[in-house]
Amino acid sequence: MAASSRAQVLDLYRTMLRESKRFSAYNYRTYAVRRIRDAFRENKNVKDPVEIQTLVNKAKRDLGIIRRQVAEQGTAAGRKSGSRSQSLGKPCTTWP
Amino acid sequence: MLLRAAWRRAAVAVTAATGPKAAAPTRGLRLRVRDRAPQSAVPADTAAAPETGPVLRPLYMDVQATTPLDPRVLDAMLPYLVNYYGNPHSRTHAYGWESEAAMERARQQVASLIGADPREIVFTSGATESNNIAIKELEAAIQPDTSLVSVMTVNNEIGVKQPIAEIGRICSSRKVYFHTDAAQAVGKIPLDVNDMKIDLMSISGHKIYGPKGVGAVYIRRRPRVRVEALQSGGGQERGMRSGTVPTPLVVGLGAACEVAQQEMEYDHKRISKLAERLIQNIMKSLPDVVMNGDPEHHYPGCINLSFAYVEGESLLMALKDVALSSGSACTSASLEPSYVLRAIGTDEDLAHSSIRFGIGRFTTEEEVDYTVEKCIQHVKRLREMSPLWEMVQDGIDLKSIKWTQH
Repeated sequence: MAASSRAQVLDLYRTMLRESKRFSAYNYRTYAVRRIRDAFRENKNVKDPVEIQTLVNKAKRDLGIIRRQVAEQGTAAGRKSGSRSQSLGKPCTTWP
Repeated sequence: MLLRAAWRRAAVAVTAATGPKAAAPTRGLRLRVRDRAPQSAVPADTAAAPETGPVLRPLYMDVQATTPLDPRVLDAMLPYLVNYYGNPHSRTHAYGWESEAAMERARQQVASLIGADPREIVFTSGATESNNIAIKELEAAIQPDTSLVSVMTVNNEIGVKQPIAEIGRICSSRKVYFHTDAAQAVGKIPLDVNDMKIDLMSISGHKIYGPKGVGAVYIRRRPRVRVEALQSGGGQERGMRSGTVPTPLVVGLGAACEVAQQEMEYDHKRISKLAERLIQNIMKSLPDVVMNGDPEHHYPGCINLSFAYVEGESLLMALKDVALSSGSACTSASLEPSYVLRAIGTDEDLAHSSIRFGIGRFTTEEEVDYTVEKCIQHVKRLREMSPLWEMVQDGIDLKSIKWTQH
């Protein structure tokens, strides 16, 4: 597979940020957004294609984690509060 | 009433925001809206029936008591709670083998964080059990020239870092065992059991964004340190701690250690900046605030401040929107001032007015700013009500007062 292009990296960045904003817990949401921004910024000048690929692979794994965790926390909260999606029947907890 | 008003204001502000919703709320009080997309529905619903709207919870500033699970840790644990549920000591089938592989992988992750060999890590139920294992046998085997030094790496009340490397060097040269309770330090400051000549170390899962109910004890093999098992049974963990090793929990501990190793520098830099911000903003707006503990050898995430002429408990009650503590959670039921503060020579009255602020990986700048603002507001208010403060303002030296009995 050819090394990830600039466009692919940017696309991954945007996707990760978009997914992270779906965390229902405030602290996780803010951490994920902040960490992703800082990590991409920190590595923006990396030139070695092998290193870039390693970083991209790690980011893809982390994107998987975010997606799974957002889904996991989201569905459980939905189950607890019943039909109304906006209200939380009980105090919102980090873990359902 | 106040909460509802503030929250309604925030709800309006959120709907007004265009584009991606603001991760940071207005005024620092968080809206717990589960589904973020249908923003327009929120104010209508809640204006009509505010009591069934989202319930607000306090900000969490008590990371020394416990930490939330890092999402990466939970992600690592889930498979072992759902599908891969084998007993790691079962030798005869794939469920056992995969569970054992996960346990050993976790052991390697813990060991690598502290520079140890995986064979030197024994999983326990937490740092308390680890402490007991570490000092029990050694206490019993006291001979004229053997003893044990046990020191906390980072204090959980005031955040002071002990000079572990120096103590290790001294103990090693005098052939004395050196144990350290590193619950608050592991994954936050660099630790190496060989560089620091540590013989025994206690590790706690829930202080490093891992699960509760798990920990580990590091027991040096070269030169061999003998410990006696606290619980006997099936001989697991080389006989040092019988009982089925809880695979999901240890996988969580391992993942927490690995994440900590990767994030240590980033977290330390961020937490230091936030701590600096908290301390500076409080101290420039309030007089007579003392930071407890040596400012130089200090872990930034644990800030213990004494506000003169204000009672600590009343300040904690006033700051009901922020989860804080005065003194450690283990002694929170008593009203005695902290033994740690007494030990460092703090005045009785200052010891009673201490609050501990905990800043961790997930703490945001907004949370710090909100905490600072509320803290300043309530300290000022409580001081206004305090006759001691009034006397101090009039220039009376409190130490010179003769308090009489009636």
